[in-house]
Amino acid sequence: MHFYTLFDRYVEERGVTITEKSDLPQGTLDLLILKVVALGSVHGYAIAQRLQQVSRDVVQVPQGSLYPALHRLENRGLLAADWNETETGREAKFYRLTRKGRAQLDAEAASWKRLAEAVGLILRMAPEGAE
Amino acid sequence: MNRWQRLWHRKQMEEQLEKELRFHLEQHASGLIARGCNPAEARRLARLELGGPEQVKEQCRDARGTRWLDDLLQDIRYAVRMLAKNPGFAIVALLTLALGTGVTAVMFTVVNGVLLKPLPYYQPNRLVALQEKTESSNQFGNLWAFAYPNYLDCEKESQSLTMAAWRYSGGIISGSGGAEYIDGIQMSSQLFSVLGVTLPLGRAFRTEEDHLASVPVAVISYGLWQRRFAGNPAAIGTSLVFDGRSYTVIGVTPAGFRVNENDVDIFTPLGQDPSPALQNRDRHPGISVMARLHPGVTLLQARTELALIGRRLAQQYPQSNTGRGFIADPLRPEVGDIGAILWLLLGAVSLVLLIACVNVASLLLARAVSRERELAMRVALGAGRGRLVRQCLTESALLALVGGGLGILLAANGIRPFVALWPGTLPRAEEVHLDWRVMLFAIAISLGSGILVGLAPALRAPSRDLDRTLRAGGRAIAGNSRRLHSAFVISEVALAVVLLVAAAMLGRTLLQLSSVNPGLQYHNVLITRVAMSPATLADTGQILPAWKNALERARLVPGVESVALVDTVPLREGNNQIAYWTAPTMASPTQAPIALATSVTPDYLDVMRIPLLKGRFFDDHDRKGNDLVVVIDDVLAKQAFGAHDPVGQRLWIPTSNSPFSSGSEGADPVRVVGVVGHVRYWGLAGDDQAQVRAQFYYPLAQVTEPLLRRWSELMSVAVRTAVAPLKVVEPLRKELGGDQALYGIQTMEQLVGDSLARQRFLLLLFGIFAGLALLLACIGIYGVLAYLTSQRVPEIGVRIALGARPADVMWMVLRQGLGMILAGIGAGVIGAWVAGRVLQHLVEGMRPAELSTFAITIPVLIAAALFASFVPARRASRVDPMTALRQE
Repeated sequence: MHFYTLFDRYVEERGVTITEKSDLPQGTLDLLILKVVALGSVHGYAIAQRLQQVSRDVVQVPQGSLYPALHRLENRGLLAADWNETETGREAKFYRLTRKGRAQLDAEAASWKRLAEAVGLILRMAPEGAE
Repeated sequence: MNRWQRLWHRKQMEEQLEKELRFHLEQHASGLIARGCNPAEARRLARLELGGPEQVKEQCRDARGTRWLDDLLQDIRYAVRMLAKNPGFAIVALLTLALGTGVTAVMFTVVNGVLLKPLPYYQPNRLVALQEKTESSNQFGNLWAFAYPNYLDCEKESQSLTMAAWRYSGGIISGSGGAEYIDGIQMSSQLFSVLGVTLPLGRAFRTEEDHLASVPVAVISYGLWQRRFAGNPAAIGTSLVFDGRSYTVIGVTPAGFRVNENDVDIFTPLGQDPSPALQNRDRHPGISVMARLHPGVTLLQARTELALIGRRLAQQYPQSNTGRGFIADPLRPEVGDIGAILWLLLGAVSLVLLIACVNVASLLLARAVSRERELAMRVALGAGRGRLVRQCLTESALLALVGGGLGILLAANGIRPFVALWPGTLPRAEEVHLDWRVMLFAIAISLGSGILVGLAPALRAPSRDLDRTLRAGGRAIAGNSRRLHSAFVISEVALAVVLLVAAAMLGRTLLQLSSVNPGLQYHNVLITRVAMSPATLADTGQILPAWKNALERARLVPGVESVALVDTVPLREGNNQIAYWTAPTMASPTQAPIALATSVTPDYLDVMRIPLLKGRFFDDHDRKGNDLVVVIDDVLAKQAFGAHDPVGQRLWIPTSNSPFSSGSEGADPVRVVGVVGHVRYWGLAGDDQAQVRAQFYYPLAQVTEPLLRRWSELMSVAVRTAVAPLKVVEPLRKELGGDQALYGIQTMEQLVGDSLARQRFLLLLFGIFAGLALLLACIGIYGVLAYLTSQRVPEIGVRIALGARPADVMWMVLRQGLGMILAGIGAGVIGAWVAGRVLQHLVEGMRPAELSTFAITIPVLIAAALFASFVPARRASRVDPMTALRQE
């Protein structure tokens, strides 16, 4: 996860968790949401939870921007939503990936991977002249 | 769900959003509780993590993409509420805008109908008008009507154009309905198909009917069909006597069909015209030619082809066609010089609209300033500046659109009366009505004025220094707003000055022109055209005796003092321009001077009471065989002979345009026997600027025989009466009637009046516009000063408490008003000077703006403006210091 620190602009601490967290680089949230939703139909809170768990609490999921992002993706037709009951019998809005969303996810994931590899290469580069 | 569905299901969407967020919070909280948090703390932490629910909701709404529409609806609701809360303001603003857009829409409707609309034919952009063009030009220019043989050749050879020819005719139709003079045209068989007109009844001419030898056939207009045949389809196949010939009616044109903006009642084949002159390539009666471009052919290709045909004809007929070519131009509606006047009026009403806008803008601005605290509060609560600007603009756009809607209603009802008011006949008047272009225009100017009036208040939407605005309360006026207000008043006054001065200039001009001497005594003179019976015209030897007989009979009618014949009547449409030489040969005949030639009988001078200055007028001895004589006016005398006595001198009329002979070389010598006063032939206004002013008269009795028939068709009878001229019309008709028809009856008084009709009409309109402008400007001044003064009430209270007298306070307010008024006048005078130049350019006989014009109008404006400022000033002087100070 070292490449996250490259984009680290500031480290914000909030009362409840003391772990050092990183802000998401621009546009990454959409990609992460798409990835989580791709694993199966899921509601907003679960998305937030899963993102946090999977990233081992390193990635700060800004909950405030999660819902606007979900609505935006829905509006663009990348996600679709249905109201279903959860295991606990409560009604929640479940998001799933549309075909267009899957294509977008594949494209963005690929481009992200390319970028990450390039950045990694640069960071591993030895100083010139010193062997 | 698409965007629109989402918009309509807004409430449901809101509920779902609320539910989704609540679910999230509850899940989060219960997760924390499970980890051991106490419930209240858990809920707090969950909310903290999510951020303010309202902000999140706002962002979600933004993400939805229907945000702007939601906002728009909200803004409109808000605007309606604001306007409803303030009905006085709303009514004044709406009426002002309705008036502004209404008059502008009326003027645009006229401009659109007369100038902008395409011709009412099928695919009008494929139609072209053809003319002959000579390489060298003479005093008449270098563009000529077609010669019929040239047309026939072009028509036969052209591969790119379908051509049609036509010329005006006209004559008496006789039969059961009595003798009636009707206008007609002679046309080639192609005319209807070139214009794309299909006849609703019967058929058009066949090509083989367009020849001398074929049976005479005629197509009649819808109007004539209704009038003479009561719309009976059996009219087809009946015969009709027109101009002495019997025609078989074969078709009826659609209602409203016009050629070259003229109502025509009868259409006959041009090829059946027996006149030999028609077959000439020079000295021919000109014909008009129009054509339709073949599909896929460009205008340029057609022109190239015409040039080729022209060169070939020049080789074949060197005598007539050398240096003569043919040109094609897009066919345009013939509207004369009306265009400039219409644009002028549209400009004038735009000024009125502008004043209306400025007025509403200053009202809105005053409101915006008093709402400054409200706006600042809303910014403090999180409203974006762009959002506030948009809201202000929504409000003013709503105002302008409703005003514009009222304006369109006004225009819809006002357009017919306006067209009826137009002096003379407005060309293409039947095309003038509201259509999608007018609607589009009205909506555009409404939106434009909405933005214009809303801009100033909108840009004042607070962005920073919030605390200051909030702390200052409602009474601080930024200097900015006072400057803007002054700018509004100044521009209103300036625009009003422009219109007032223009109106005053027109008024002065009209006054001066009405007192101009037309050169003849126009009271109690009747002019009527007389169509002689075709039988008489057929025998050239009979024509002069027949006229003599008609004049003698007319003289017997009670109330008639004297009678004369005249071909072209002063101030009436139509003239005959003839070149004259001052020597038997001219070095450059094509540059010879031109004069207006009038053919008359000896009593003409008596009838018109034109003063005889020298020599004599004609008498019965001036007939064929005797010396050819002319009488010239003092303008021609000066032009041709300078200081010498013209009486007894000779002039030469080149035979190519001489009424005395029909040759084509040399010139006819004529003797000047008298000099008469100049008559303002081109109208009271137009004569001074006219290109051809010199005049001469020649006796009808000396006109050469081949031309006599044509001349007789043009003759009018001029009658000097002892009673009101229109009273002798019926007796005259009875005396001369039978197979002769009287038509085109006018009095000289009408002609003189009509010659100033345009100036009078413009004066009326400009007067109305100036009055409106003055009224609006006064309302604006009143509004702004009242507002500015009300903002200063506490200050005034302090002044009075410190000992200022009411007069001082009044003067203080008046001074503020006066400053703005004077600045406005300064700007307006410059504008008026420019407008005056435009008027001088466009209106015949217009006098330049003189100092006295300004001296008359500006005090009026100052007085009105001061009156408007007086009311708020007085109110200010009566401020009670105690109340004022308690307002703090």
